[in-house]
Amino acid sequence: MVTYIIRRLLWAVLLLFVVSFITFVMFIVLPSADPAVLRAGRQPTPELIAAIRENLGLDKPWYVQYGIYMRDLVFHFDFGHSYQNNVEVKDTLFDRLPATISLAVGAAVVWLLIGIPIGIISAIKRGTIMDRAAMGFALLAISAPVYWVGLVSIYLFSKDLGKVAPIFQGSGQYTPFTEDPIAWASALILPWLVLATAFAAIYARFLRANLLDVMGEDYIRTARAKGLGERRVVFRHGLRSAITPIVTIFGLDLGILIGGAILTETVFNIPGIGRLAFDAIQKSDLPIVQGTVLIAATAVILANLIVDILYAFLDPRVRY
Amino acid sequence: MALLEIDNLRVHFDTDDGVVKAVDGISYSVDRGQTLGIVGESGSGKSVSSLTVMGLSRARNARISGSIKFDGKELLTASDDELRTIRGDDIAMIFQDPLSSLHPFYKVGTQIVEAIRTHRDVSKQQAYDRAVEMLGLVGIPEPRKRAESYPHEFSGGMRQRAMIAMALANDPKLLIADEPTTALDVTVQAQILELIERLQSEFDTAVVVITHDLGVVAEMADEIAVMYAGRIVEQADTDTIFAGPEHPYTWGLLSSIPKLDAPRDEELVPIAGRPPSLINLPGGCSFHPRCPYVKPAHMKVDPALEPLPDNARHKVACLLDSQTRRRLWRELREGTAPVEARADVMKDTPPEEAIEALAETEGRPAGTSVEEQPS
Repeated sequence: MVTYIIRRLLWAVLLLFVVSFITFVMFIVLPSADPAVLRAGRQPTPELIAAIRENLGLDKPWYVQYGIYMRDLVFHFDFGHSYQNNVEVKDTLFDRLPATISLAVGAAVVWLLIGIPIGIISAIKRGTIMDRAAMGFALLAISAPVYWVGLVSIYLFSKDLGKVAPIFQGSGQYTPFTEDPIAWASALILPWLVLATAFAAIYARFLRANLLDVMGEDYIRTARAKGLGERRVVFRHGLRSAITPIVTIFGLDLGILIGGAILTETVFNIPGIGRLAFDAIQKSDLPIVQGTVLIAATAVILANLIVDILYAFLDPRVRY
Repeated sequence: MALLEIDNLRVHFDTDDGVVKAVDGISYSVDRGQTLGIVGESGSGKSVSSLTVMGLSRARNARISGSIKFDGKELLTASDDELRTIRGDDIAMIFQDPLSSLHPFYKVGTQIVEAIRTHRDVSKQQAYDRAVEMLGLVGIPEPRKRAESYPHEFSGGMRQRAMIAMALANDPKLLIADEPTTALDVTVQAQILELIERLQSEFDTAVVVITHDLGVVAEMADEIAVMYAGRIVEQADTDTIFAGPEHPYTWGLLSSIPKLDAPRDEELVPIAGRPPSLINLPGGCSFHPRCPYVKPAHMKVDPALEPLPDNARHKVACLLDSQTRRRLWRELREGTAPVEARADVMKDTPPEEAIEALAETEGRPAGTSVEEQPS
């Protein structure tokens, strides 16, 4: 088990190298704009641009730039400085991470609380009106793009625009949890719900399908033959098996969201990693883009690893 | 009164394709300490009938009628809760595939403890001790250690032993074994059958063994019921079934068992064709499309399961008269091939009718495949 984890971590480091290299090359091959020109302001002189270029190290060949970047990253854990305002990328990332984690974890709690009970009920009451209605709604929720749902929900519920019930603080009101937990929650409740909608629908459908499969297994027949009550058969025997694949996709989904929920963060103007990446790409700010990509990649890789380790505890047949 | 008395049990399922007559009017009874073997191909209704005894075939689309009396109590009309207290306590069941029948995520001991504590008000420790005792009783070495294993860490035979331990943990009055050895190696099969027999005499349990293999029940059953297309077509004590079977389907089952003392090049005789669709049963005798001794009248008249004139405990559902059947069986044992036997029977009928009948039976696509061995 330990050697397995070490091996996986070594692979993770290699993977991060590859990811950073690809990001860098994409940026060199397909620059969205010249960062030095953007930095220079409204009336740049060629001398100023050249000076900025030299200052940012953009005059060096790209492989030298990459080498310097990697050297600082590996030996000093230094992500460099933003091309735009010279702030430390590392600080910016750690500033933005709490908002993204708040959004992702909160939404995850919401979608689990909604998706799992619906999935179970739908499977047990298969074919009933309740099941059909739930699965119909789920299909709608999966099909609706998150930015559209976000905009509609702002239109309906925000304090300034709210056409139905002006209960939501409005966009851009994010407050850190440590400052004011109530403001934190009230600013995030709508983004949580919006982000959770599609996930809840996917989880409900996935769990329903899994549980239906499992309830047809021989060991469920055995559980019934033992004289267990139907509730115990469903929860202790059926759900125990059906939930395992859910744990897997949950880990991966959470990992991806920690890397930034770009659409939701942008629509609700939440200062998270996703919003940061979105702005940095527009401003051709390579060090920030690199930083967000590496954070996202790390989150996904770690989530994968944690899921795989967890799986060995959930399913006794899995051993590393 | 017998422990289990089933009378005219019917289990029909409404499906989109029509009504599936999985069990269509069967009656049998089993006494304490007795073993009944129910033999038939896949789809003959043998499993459904036993699941119905357990109340496990109650589905929204199932129509169940008749009577199942267990220990004097009618189970067919019993509530789900009443049935649940009987399941796993008075009536226990073991299944064909012991790997898929045990929950892969729970330790074997835990699963047996659950079975015990569902019906007995005992502490976890007491139940666990009982589980270990049962594992030892079914011949699992180091039972206390093995109780901590997961099913996938057991071999096929050990898993079935564990299933048996779980089934017998509450000392049931009736054990239903549905194809208990089909998924096991031949050598292990014999051990499991011996184990069931030994435990049966120890606990004085009534046993119903369901199998497609007459060889499985030859040793252990007191009585055998042969099922075909949802009905019992022949029923008698085991010796009679092997010595003087009177239904052509039973003959087919018997001649498809390999014999050790037969010459090596002797071919097994499979039963031609496949089991019929339980939605569109053939008219007349259900077996007629596959029967080598069919007469035109057999396609119109549906035979009832009737006792023989000289042996009331031997019942057969066949339209041939008993004398002819006995002659045919004698000839079969002497090595006359079934097709010749058919021609022989056909001599009694007018030629046109015989030709018509033959054309009809042989023209059926289902009746032509001989390779399809019943599983």
